[in-house]
Amino acid sequence: MSSNEFPEKLSCMLPSSLSAYHDFVQTLLDRLQELKWKKEILFGIHMALEESISNAIRHGNKEDSNKSVSVKCELSPKRFWVEVCDEGDGYNPEEVPDCTSPENLERPGGRGLELIRYYMTSVQHSECGCCVTMEKILDDE
Amino acid sequence: MGNQRRIEVNDSASVSVVRFLDQKIIDPESIQELGQELFDLVEREDRKKIVLNFGSVEFLSSAALGKLITFEKKAKRNDSQLVLSNISPEIFQVFAITNLDKLFTIKDTEADALAIL
Repeated sequence: MSSNEFPEKLSCMLPSSLSAYHDFVQTLLDRLQELKWKKEILFGIHMALEESISNAIRHGNKEDSNKSVSVKCELSPKRFWVEVCDEGDGYNPEEVPDCTSPENLERPGGRGLELIRYYMTSVQHSECGCCVTMEKILDDE
Repeated sequence: MGNQRRIEVNDSASVSVVRFLDQKIIDPESIQELGQELFDLVEREDRKKIVLNFGSVEFLSSAALGKLITFEKKAKRNDSQLVLSNISPEIFQVFAITNLDKLFTIKDTEADALAIL
């Protein structure tokens, strides 16, 4: 992690446990903070990582201990890119109900994707539906 | 784990003021415990006026939001009034993005919340 060449690349194979990925996420956030990313932007990236990884573990791998979640990242002072892949059957993001519509307001689930889309500059789902790629690009100030 | 409290409850006149003891509400086991402690307030203890003070909360996941939504339903079913307060701008934005600012009654401060109960 001492290289000054960007992007820095980080990857990790995470077990399918909802308690086992927070240290990795914190490592990424700490590094972005060192790269001078602002606290309010890091809040959104934290949310996107939390929701995408927990979705992969919970809905993708169904917490199967024989399956893993792959996370690949690229970090630089103005751009953060991450790909999260699970070993599940995939899903169609278009079929996720709109959590903001009045009829779905009281549904306990289905908010992660909405939050990811809000906080990240771009979000793409693979054709198989088991990988999500997200990017945050800082505007020039 | 099982004995660690997730909330602290103080009674102010007829109102129960709840403060969260975790700064980050993301761990599934903690969220489960938090949910149970909240549910007990209305289902076992029959509290009718509740303020959830978010002053100490720095981050929460959508799973935590889900638990709050279930709590809101249980409170409504029990004819309990629920007001949220002291939500940081970042957390309030999470409520706004997901339209939950329309589901919950939210006030800036605990005093503002107490004033409408």
